[in-house]
Amino acid sequence: MTEPTIYELSSAGRIGVQFPESDVPAFKVPDEFIRTNLPLPELSEVDVVRHFTHLSTKNYSIDTGLYPLGSCTMKYNPKINEVTSRLPGFANIHPLQPIETVQGSLALMYSLQEQLKEISGFAAVSLQPAAGAQGEFVGVKIIHAYHQSRGDFKRTRILIPDSAHGTNPATSAMNGLEVIPIPSDSRGNVDLAKLHDLCDETVAGLMLTNPNTLGVFDENVLEVIETVHRAGGLVYGDGANLNALLGITRPGDLGFDVMHFNLHKTFSTPHGGGGPGSGPVGVAPHLVDFLPAPIVSIIEEATEEIPPLYGLTIPAKTIGRVKAFYGQFGVMVRAFTYIRMHGAEGLKKVAEYAVLNANYILSRIRDKYTLPYDRSYMHEFVVEGCWSDAPDVHALDVAKRLMDYDFHPPTNYFPLIVHEALMIEPTETESKQVLDKFADALLKIAEEAHSSPELLKEAPHHTPVGRLDEVKAAKELVLCCWLPESN
Amino acid sequence: MKTPENLKYASTDEWLLVEGNTATLGVSDYAQDQLSDVVFVEITAGIGETLSKGSVVGTIESVKAAADVTIPVSGKVIAVNEDLANTPELVNSDPFGAAWMIKVELTNPKELDDLMNAKAYTEYCETRSH
Repeated sequence: MTEPTIYELSSAGRIGVQFPESDVPAFKVPDEFIRTNLPLPELSEVDVVRHFTHLSTKNYSIDTGLYPLGSCTMKYNPKINEVTSRLPGFANIHPLQPIETVQGSLALMYSLQEQLKEISGFAAVSLQPAAGAQGEFVGVKIIHAYHQSRGDFKRTRILIPDSAHGTNPATSAMNGLEVIPIPSDSRGNVDLAKLHDLCDETVAGLMLTNPNTLGVFDENVLEVIETVHRAGGLVYGDGANLNALLGITRPGDLGFDVMHFNLHKTFSTPHGGGGPGSGPVGVAPHLVDFLPAPIVSIIEEATEEIPPLYGLTIPAKTIGRVKAFYGQFGVMVRAFTYIRMHGAEGLKKVAEYAVLNANYILSRIRDKYTLPYDRSYMHEFVVEGCWSDAPDVHALDVAKRLMDYDFHPPTNYFPLIVHEALMIEPTETESKQVLDKFADALLKIAEEAHSSPELLKEAPHHTPVGRLDEVKAAKELVLCCWLPESN
Repeated sequence: MKTPENLKYASTDEWLLVEGNTATLGVSDYAQDQLSDVVFVEITAGIGETLSKGSVVGTIESVKAAADVTIPVSGKVIAVNEDLANTPELVNSDPFGAAWMIKVELTNPKELDDLMNAKAYTEYCETRSH
């Protein structure tokens, strides 16, 4: 049931729009500029509309089903976020307008900064970074700038647990720091003995995701942070998994020095192709001066008659500007809406249900899947997608087979420290019925892995296209159906 | 899983073929099996470069993951396998032969004592999979 491409639907001479005879003198385009080798498809308008509408119905999205991508927090995006972000006062403004004419938008950004501070326990927040990885880059740059401002130039190494997101070492390397991996212990926590060995006067900091990518809360987080601080280093918090902590504990209170938020994960703004992302950065008091500029501030206090005047300020030792204008404003409106719709109590429930849902699925499947770290989990968990008595089946096959049960596959082969990892994060928004259906599918697949492994090896069977050739996709980067003839 | 007897192995899954004072480096059958289909190999070490024990020699990328390849001994690079850039799949099909990555002149042959023989490496791999 392969879909025809738009080129295959093409019929020579068919056109979508007929123009009237030109009533102005024709301009003769010189022959050398006229290409005849562009094989554009020829279709009527309705054929084009039907083709793409038909393709769009084959999309899988959070609006069509569970999207249990571990560490990505693919939570439902409430539609009211779309209503508020499209309000003309927010949608029809220009970043170069005089600030007096965009006070409502600046007030919203200021409030969002304040909300993120309250949620995280940090002293100040910059909304500028364009996504999580850029937030990390900014955070590490701030750590680097902090040490340099103190004349401490020998701190060139950054410690990163082996359970970290791949973006942690990447952003550190982009900042010119040397990445030193730290192993995890048998409970999935940072190996404290190794950490003590590695902490010296060359350490700029540690990047820690907590809960980490195994979905477990580092039980020694206070000692980890204290150890790095004692050595003079700073601790970066990767906020990717903040969903599990909302209203329960605050990274700033735990002693983290800097952290990014993923508005497109924790705060329900669209994710992936629906983005753009947004990765605000929060910092402890000693790093406030280094935040990227500008920050939204109150530049004239309110009086009894008039509201405050909001404006843009530049922190004293700022690392500079990291994004055109003020970040992803439309995304900020959505995150602000989400936070206001939930309130403090509601956000706490988000975290509680996210953790409950993950542990519920785990409790249903834990007898049939190997659990590398046998403990209770936070908002996500990692199991092995393989069985010693079904040697041909791999995590990838389990993931592909899930598509036949109408579910998006979970994250697989990450984190790297788990053999054949399947990383599952249902988020808080799923009902018990959906969670049960998903757990049923995982149990059925575990059974099929033993009784009819070929069903998994050849999956998916019920999707528009079957198993894709990933090697070819990675090696032959030709995205066109045709290539222009070379002249 | 193959572990040829004539090679020495590192805990980071590289093999070394030692001939006199030179050594050839590649990644093991276990490593290629764990990585699955290799789609990209980049060797960053250049001829004439002096590498210390543990230095990164290059990167192997598969459909699953990207991994640094390190050298478990110190040495001066005397040859680099240029073919791997265009035929990275050799890492899967012939890890101990055509997929060698670099050859070095050993500068501290004593470091070879820290490496595993085939038997020890086989046992080491078995402890990590099941």
